[in-house]
Amino acid sequence: MSCEKILIKGGRVIDPAQGIDGLMDVMIENGKITKVAKGLDSDGAKIINAKGLVVSPGFIDLHVHLREPGYEYKETIQTGAMAGAAGGFTAVCCMANTQPVNDNGSITRHILERASLAKGARVYPIGAATKGLAGKELAEIGEMKQAGVVALSDDGRCIMDARLFQNAIRYAYMFDLTVVEHCEDEMLAKDGVINEGEVSARLGIKGIPAPAETVIARRDADIAGYTGCKVHLAHISAKETVDAVRTAKANGIKVTCEAAPHHFTLTEKMLEGFDANFKMNPPLRAKEDVDAVRAGLADGTIDCIATDHAPHLQWEKELEIDRAPNGVVGLETALGVSMKLVEDGVLGLPALIALFTSRPAAAFGLPGGSLRVGSPADLTAFDPEKKWTVNPSAFFSKGRNTPFAGMELKGKTLLTIVGGEIVYNPETL
Amino acid sequence: MVDSPLVNFKGRHLLGIDDLSADEIIGLVNTANRFVEVSEREIKKLPTLRGKTVVNLFFEPSTRTRTSFEIAGKRLSADVINISAQSSSVVKGETFKDTVLNLASMRPDALVIRHPSPGTPLYASKFAGCPVINGGDGAHAHPTQALLDMMTIMERRKSLKNLNVAIIGDVLHSRVARSNISAFKRFDANITVCGPKTLMPAHMDNFGVRVTHDIYEAVEGADVIMMLRIQTERMAQGLFPSLREYSSRFCLDSKVMKKAKPDAIVTHPGPINRGIEISSEVADGKYSVILDQVTHGVAMRMAVLYLLCGGAD
Repeated sequence: MSCEKILIKGGRVIDPAQGIDGLMDVMIENGKITKVAKGLDSDGAKIINAKGLVVSPGFIDLHVHLREPGYEYKETIQTGAMAGAAGGFTAVCCMANTQPVNDNGSITRHILERASLAKGARVYPIGAATKGLAGKELAEIGEMKQAGVVALSDDGRCIMDARLFQNAIRYAYMFDLTVVEHCEDEMLAKDGVINEGEVSARLGIKGIPAPAETVIARRDADIAGYTGCKVHLAHISAKETVDAVRTAKANGIKVTCEAAPHHFTLTEKMLEGFDANFKMNPPLRAKEDVDAVRAGLADGTIDCIATDHAPHLQWEKELEIDRAPNGVVGLETALGVSMKLVEDGVLGLPALIALFTSRPAAAFGLPGGSLRVGSPADLTAFDPEKKWTVNPSAFFSKGRNTPFAGMELKGKTLLTIVGGEIVYNPETL
Repeated sequence: MVDSPLVNFKGRHLLGIDDLSADEIIGLVNTANRFVEVSEREIKKLPTLRGKTVVNLFFEPSTRTRTSFEIAGKRLSADVINISAQSSSVVKGETFKDTVLNLASMRPDALVIRHPSPGTPLYASKFAGCPVINGGDGAHAHPTQALLDMMTIMERRKSLKNLNVAIIGDVLHSRVARSNISAFKRFDANITVCGPKTLMPAHMDNFGVRVTHDIYEAVEGADVIMMLRIQTERMAQGLFPSLREYSSRFCLDSKVMKKAKPDAIVTHPGPINRGIEISSEVADGKYSVILDQVTHGVAMRMAVLYLLCGGAD
């Protein structure tokens, strides 16, 4: 299938990596992009009419939880990869907090083997930074690199031991791997359930103060600056964290970061009904934090949009608010939710696409993120005007734990191609 | 006393004070006042809720509130079943929702829920199929406590309007404080909360209360002084250094009481820590209405059960 010729005709091609934004055609041959130009001849290719659609490099999500191995009842590599494709993602990076933890080469190889059988987005494993995510000793980083991990993270846990964090980024440097930090001072956040703020005070729910995130972000930036090694901060959510990253970048420190759609769209007020579908870590914060994350996306402080896709079953989310697991699914709503940034005038469409493509690719040094001639044909096409209502039961993901259920969104993926193969095309363009 | 405004509670839930208007609070108090004399009779029973089943579902230890609901139900002739988390199947791994669904399948007429997690009664109300009464959920709400407090205050002060109220102690962890603040605000009270800064919620800007860390300042000119229970486990959490230091600053004793109005009243949801948050002299003295609160608790819970699951149409 991937050897056939496909011509995507008449779409608005936006490729921020090459500074392209215009009505053009894209030719795919043998799984690679061979031409990007106006008025291409079909030359026997299968023609896809992309009139009215935006054609862009396939989206890259640096932060998902695919739950396999160990929690296949929540999600599998197959369902997660397909959920990604349905959201326009052609590559997703899966976190290491599986069971067993991806902290050695054999688990990494297992994940990649399962991924090779799955239809949908490419799956790039992230290895644990420390053995068993326990934050005590470094994991076998060299072995995992050899097996194919693209980054390192204890996500879900913060590397609380500052010296071990310093060792991790230094050791990872040898393998050109980025360490991804889940910024959360576990002592400061202890027993917290939602953001410490007006809502937690009123509802009597234990709070997670914003500084629990910021103090670790500052610590890591300081250590990255001192060592000259790089760090990527996952899912930043607090105003002061955005400010800290802005300052660190201005000082030339090699720090990158990501923001999740729920953090730049929803506030802590959503928790007023005690619904755990609005519970994640870091938590939904106050309006000024949401505004600050948006400002960080607008001025480039934040490098990319990552979903922190975290599937759970319905009954798990129906537990008491302080017992229900953290996390929400995000792959299939990311584009529609993020398009609100364009609608609200926070940033333009090319800048938004860069946050989904070239910039995440650059943060981890991943292939893809561009429509350069000769590169693998990973691309997506979406209708920026199409309105749709989020219906969790229609998700490809096993997880229906979305905070956006019932919300009307504008912007929907209609075509996803990975390596020249059409993996998602719901309306048969 | 003004007669109850016409309020219809039948089939409703009682989840928090926020759901009640000032008129409804007065209506509940007036109804409860009529039930007080039942507990003074030789035969303490009315046939009102005969054939009705009230389930007390308690996921955390409680003597006072559970007993109060049990006696209230029994004095109205309801069949009252007590289920504590220790004896239910929760320990076997059944979820809260499944526990409630199973009980709901037995068709109770009211479900009283006490739970350490905030929001659980609200959640249960969505599928319980009968009125749910919040018997205290985490640090969130304890509406029947606030209602019995209003009843007690009204008995002494005749009106709830424009009172100077001091709430003293561990506000951070107190569902009693939250529900009472909500209730007092219905009646335009001037509310001052007082306690160590570590035991105050971090973001109280929207509470509409004055915050002080000086008990003398809090009690100055107070009509009502509401003491909260301090729990020793808060020391282990590093929230205050010692009971000795706590009581030296936040214990309500006769000296502090001199700052209050001469006819001030002192409430406490119990159980009291003598000599820690309240001196015996004050707890047992002329200002104290602590035991009246317990007596009124039964009458108020009779009123709540009566209006929600039997009652006047």
